[in-house]
Amino acid sequence: MNDKKHLFDKPKNVKILIRSLYACCFVLFCLDLVIDRHIYHPWESFIGFYAIYGCLSCVVLVMIARELRKVVMRPEDYYDIKDMPLDNEGKKKEDLMKTGEKVDG
Amino acid sequence: MDSLLAILPFFIAAILTLFTRGSLRATIMIATPIIATYGIYNLDVGHILNATIIGLDLAPIRIDRLSMLFAYLFCIAALLGNIYALYHKDTMQHFAAQAYAGSAVGAVLAGDMLTLFIYWELMALTSSVLIFARRTDASLYAGIRYLSVQILSGLLLLAGIVIYYQSVGNLDFNHIGLDAPGAWFFFLAFGIKSAFPFLHNWLTDAYPEATSSGTVFLSSFTTKVAVYALARSFAGEEILIYIGATMAFFPIYYAVIENNLRRVLTYSLINQVGFMVVGIGIGTQLALNGAVAHAFADVIFKGLLMMSMGAVLLRTGEMRGSELGGLYKRMPKTALFCIIGAASISAFPLFSGFVSKSIIVTAVLQEGYYGVWLILLFAAAGVFHHAGIKIPFFAFFAHDSKHIKTTKEAPKNMLWAMALSAILCVLIGVFPQTFYSMLPWPMDYTVYDTTHVFTQLQLLFFSALAFVWLKLANIYPPELKSVNLDAEWVYRKLFPKAIYSISTVCAHFYAKIEFKAERGLQLAQSSTIQFFGAGGFLSNFRSIGGMVMWVAVILSTSLFLYYL
Repeated sequence: MNDKKHLFDKPKNVKILIRSLYACCFVLFCLDLVIDRHIYHPWESFIGFYAIYGCLSCVVLVMIARELRKVVMRPEDYYDIKDMPLDNEGKKKEDLMKTGEKVDG
Repeated sequence: MDSLLAILPFFIAAILTLFTRGSLRATIMIATPIIATYGIYNLDVGHILNATIIGLDLAPIRIDRLSMLFAYLFCIAALLGNIYALYHKDTMQHFAAQAYAGSAVGAVLAGDMLTLFIYWELMALTSSVLIFARRTDASLYAGIRYLSVQILSGLLLLAGIVIYYQSVGNLDFNHIGLDAPGAWFFFLAFGIKSAFPFLHNWLTDAYPEATSSGTVFLSSFTTKVAVYALARSFAGEEILIYIGATMAFFPIYYAVIENNLRRVLTYSLINQVGFMVVGIGIGTQLALNGAVAHAFADVIFKGLLMMSMGAVLLRTGEMRGSELGGLYKRMPKTALFCIIGAASISAFPLFSGFVSKSIIVTAVLQEGYYGVWLILLFAAAGVFHHAGIKIPFFAFFAHDSKHIKTTKEAPKNMLWAMALSAILCVLIGVFPQTFYSMLPWPMDYTVYDTTHVFTQLQLLFFSALAFVWLKLANIYPPELKSVNLDAEWVYRKLFPKAIYSISTVCAHFYAKIEFKAERGLQLAQSSTIQFFGAGGFLSNFRSIGGMVMWVAVILSTSLFLYYL
């Protein structure tokens, strides 16, 4: 089973997929010169407004998300309860008090 | 009795699942939503079941076009979810799922606030079981947090009802509006359940911890009941437009960097609910239809995506994108269904998301909210990016993970549930006019015109182009084992830490006081011993003569004082 070549194991197939995407994008952009769209907002009348907006938003989205990661990313066990040493600390103080030592440091 | 045929079957089925096993239970689970659908079908629009309990006029069942559509939707969701859940034998989950579905149907059919409140709380209880049923530590804690937030929402709702009833004098659940007495309690209660910004983390926290089938049910009911409640009571409140736009906008950043794929889907769930909330905020018939239509479509495509991820979780025991990949080789059918779900959520023409989302975007444009329109376009592109591409790509394609050696295709019942959901996604997308005719308000809207299809295709294909470029240029953030801070940090980190620090300070002072008190007691004890103890001043041996002399002294002194 593992020896069987699957669809995307061949780099050629991946290339075909990506090239057809490029072709679709090219055709869609060119069609914008021909097709007459309804316009609600003046920005829409720019040629390829939706194409450029779609592309730019994704790039901006990913760029901001990368920056966001620097701020919000934490290790997987960040919320685990183990880093709340309440019990150990509490016990320590109790022991100290039992022996009658001065507790405040 | 006829009225109850819409709800009762679910609760009877819930009890029956406790006593039945095997194919009998499977039959019950599949028949129940169908019987309930028949029950709703038998009721006419305008039907109201009235009841008077402890002097309150209630309407446990109220059928209008809005409640009817949601009731049908929940029956469909229950049927698909039940078929999906047949693979496991966990009675607890089967019981909870039936009761949860029944509560959701009951909540949308409720004509008064008290009935709504009862189903609201029942939903909270029954749904939490689906989280606890995973039986891990993480699911236990997440379930407790989830239940606390849900109960809080219920209490707010109850507070709102009490205030509203005292000043208005009836409990009818209709348009409330933000100026009504107690309105903000309702608004917050509904806001929590529909995951408003900063109130949203119960969803991203708990849903990914539920069982494979549990998450399918969870993603179908709770948030959609909240959307229904908002549409019923706060339609046309402008603040909702901005809240919705924020909801559509901010979770997509988190979705891009999130590693747990089911958590990615919960962020995209908030994003989709954001579209609905915008539609409710605009409040025109077209916009409200859009919101309801999108809720309908979302239950099915989000359910489908959750199902495909649930199947992956069942087969691999893994949900982190960093550890998955290449599974299309072993789970080709699941991969195909996942792609159909992804195409639907991304609103590709001919799929369900397109015919529902377009209505909202058009309504926003028509009403002249251009800023919100730009945000929604951004969110639409972003949704394709994180849900449409990321989910199938990292689970089924990307690099080959270690799981492809051992993984098998999903169980048959799961494939059936996914196939039915996928067919529904396509049917809604291909026959939008039939779908539109079911919507609550009349509208004249054509989705398949050149402008809609063409602009949407441009938006999506160029988003895909951006993804390919970012991926090839290695700019796309890789999947990393991590958690990302969100509003939940406040109650998962800040509060525990604050409580810990405060209790440390208190413990410190307490220890000091206790130490001083103990020293005082020791002092008192030692001085008592000094006076009364063996060898103490008061226990010295004295001679009898000395004692007699002191008695004589005392007596003579008193005699002397007497005569003085």
